[in-house]
Amino acid sequence: MKSAIRVRELRKTYPGRTPVEAVRGLDLDVAAGACFGLLGPNGAGKTTTIEILEGLLEPTSGDVEVLGLRWDRDANTLRERIGVTLQETKFTDKLSVLETLELFRSFFPRGTAARDAIDLVGLGEKAASHVVTLSGGQRQRLAVACALVGAPDLLFLDEPTTGLDPQSRRQLWDVVRDLRTQGRTVLLTTHYMDEAEKLCDHIAIVDHGRVIAAGSPDALIRSLGGDHVVEFAFAGGVAGESELATLRALPSVRSARSEGDGYHLTVAEPHVALPAILDRSRALGSSLTRLSTRHASLEDVFVALTGRHLRDE
Amino acid sequence: MSATSGFVELYKMRMREFLREPAVLFWVFGFPILLAVGLGIAFREKPIDLVTVGVLRGEGAEVLTTALRAQPGFRVEEVDAEESLRRLRLGKVALVVVPGAELEYRYDATNPEGVLARSRVDDALQRAAGRTDPRTFRETLVTEPGSRYVDFLVPGLLGMNILSGAMYGIGFALVDMRSRRLLKRLAATPMRRSHFLLATMASRMTVVIVEVALMLGFGKVFFGMEFHGGVPAATALSLLAAASFSGMGLLVATRTRKIEVVSGLINLAMLPMFVVSGVFFSSERFPDAIQPIVRAMPLTALNDALRAVLLEGADLTSQLGRIAILLAWGGISFVIALRLFRWN
Repeated sequence: MKSAIRVRELRKTYPGRTPVEAVRGLDLDVAAGACFGLLGPNGAGKTTTIEILEGLLEPTSGDVEVLGLRWDRDANTLRERIGVTLQETKFTDKLSVLETLELFRSFFPRGTAARDAIDLVGLGEKAASHVVTLSGGQRQRLAVACALVGAPDLLFLDEPTTGLDPQSRRQLWDVVRDLRTQGRTVLLTTHYMDEAEKLCDHIAIVDHGRVIAAGSPDALIRSLGGDHVVEFAFAGGVAGESELATLRALPSVRSARSEGDGYHLTVAEPHVALPAILDRSRALGSSLTRLSTRHASLEDVFVALTGRHLRDE
Repeated sequence: MSATSGFVELYKMRMREFLREPAVLFWVFGFPILLAVGLGIAFREKPIDLVTVGVLRGEGAEVLTTALRAQPGFRVEEVDAEESLRRLRLGKVALVVVPGAELEYRYDATNPEGVLARSRVDDALQRAAGRTDPRTFRETLVTEPGSRYVDFLVPGLLGMNILSGAMYGIGFALVDMRSRRLLKRLAATPMRRSHFLLATMASRMTVVIVEVALMLGFGKVFFGMEFHGGVPAATALSLLAAASFSGMGLLVATRTRKIEVVSGLINLAMLPMFVVSGVFFSSERFPDAIQPIVRAMPLTALNDALRAVLLEGADLTSQLGRIAILLAWGGISFVIALRLFRWN
């Protein structure tokens, strides 16, 4: 498959009294036509990475190829072929939605008509409204529209739904899903695992400036060894390492760790594992104070890889 | 999209932003005119007021009072000895006449009004006593427009307005756009950066043309100013100055991220010039030792050149030195600013 983004050994160190290594040897391959998610906690280096890809930051070292082009040689061509939303751009309050889009449209030699871009993000009724009157979600959709007017081959969305209410998030997800069906490549960053899971067909989990796992959401979850998570607690709290070993040996259990006052298991088949857990409870002469099962999520993948939750900060 | 559409849309953006902000409109257009009206009224030229003279009560006072009241221009009051000193000190009377065989004038020789009163009172009393003047004369009163305070003031206010308009309209606006991350967003598009700069300057110069028309039109209509055909030259100077000051506005905005910081920088650059560059009073009042610095200030150059073309009808070729000062400030600012400018 044709590659839209290829990154090797990318490093970015911000100079200062205590230099900050934001990106430390990051590799990335994004196929053309994919919706690719960079998932990671705040401060993982996602925004630094995406701004290097957008040509807004210079890498300290490493090799970056975007749409087969390079920023040092082909900056003008690249800017015509990408669309960008930054975190928290505030457009001019007293311009209307249409005027803002006409401004952005004027920079591109080819592209989508301003009106069409407005319709793509569902802001048709707000075309004549001043930016100052828009809600947070509408402003974010305006930002996406501004990224679309150049009919980009590659679209960058940096934390597109951060700070939005649930309804606005879902509206924005719909917009991004529509874009995917048009065959554009989308690279988005997010620290919401549900967003990555719902929108992306490929994900790179980023932590401390490196990609620590990559693949489709399904593949990443399967890498846990089981699709399901069982969480429970015995009355009397958590026993030692030997109890974890016992739990791991139960049928269909793929991994086990203690969390809080109870245990967290990944299992392949809950209907096999659950009776075994109940038996174990009886054998201990204890009872279950809580028990829940759910599908494993990317959050579980992140925790399995780092021992931390995505939103621990 | 054509090659210049980016410039056109950026220009429209700046003009819309400007025209849709009532507070900005007031500060740019309304405020200087209010200032001109206020100062024009406060410093209006008026005929010399009546001179208030005290005559000490006593023998012969009556004759003096009658003699002075017979002449125009005096307000005469009779005062006691004790009272007279107090009224003199407070400036209620400019001079006290003490009657007697030899007249005595009591007044403060450092107070212009006292000196004036002494000469006019003496004149009036000597004539009343029979003095005849050996030479005849006639008076021609001259009130030439162009020498009044308001004539001095209006070009100065125009200059001040062009400076602050450019510093805020460029410097403040750019930092505001940087703090909103709009500069960064624009830098991520194929926008030509020269278009951005030129559009920002072009919108500023459009506003300057309106400012010149408004200020000078107001001066003519409200204060009856005469411009000796200098309006085209003044417009050209104003546009040149706006371009030059745009460079200075760009310079304060090169790296600054916070609008509070840029406001401070702008005031730091402007306030000294408001004082020394002859906005409200002549820059000639400063000591000779610092005149070279005062004259090298771009606002001094602009104000002096505006006054020369508007009040004296000078042509632009006589103002080349001042034009060179404006060009130098603008040119140097642009070169430094464009090297240092950050979009992020």
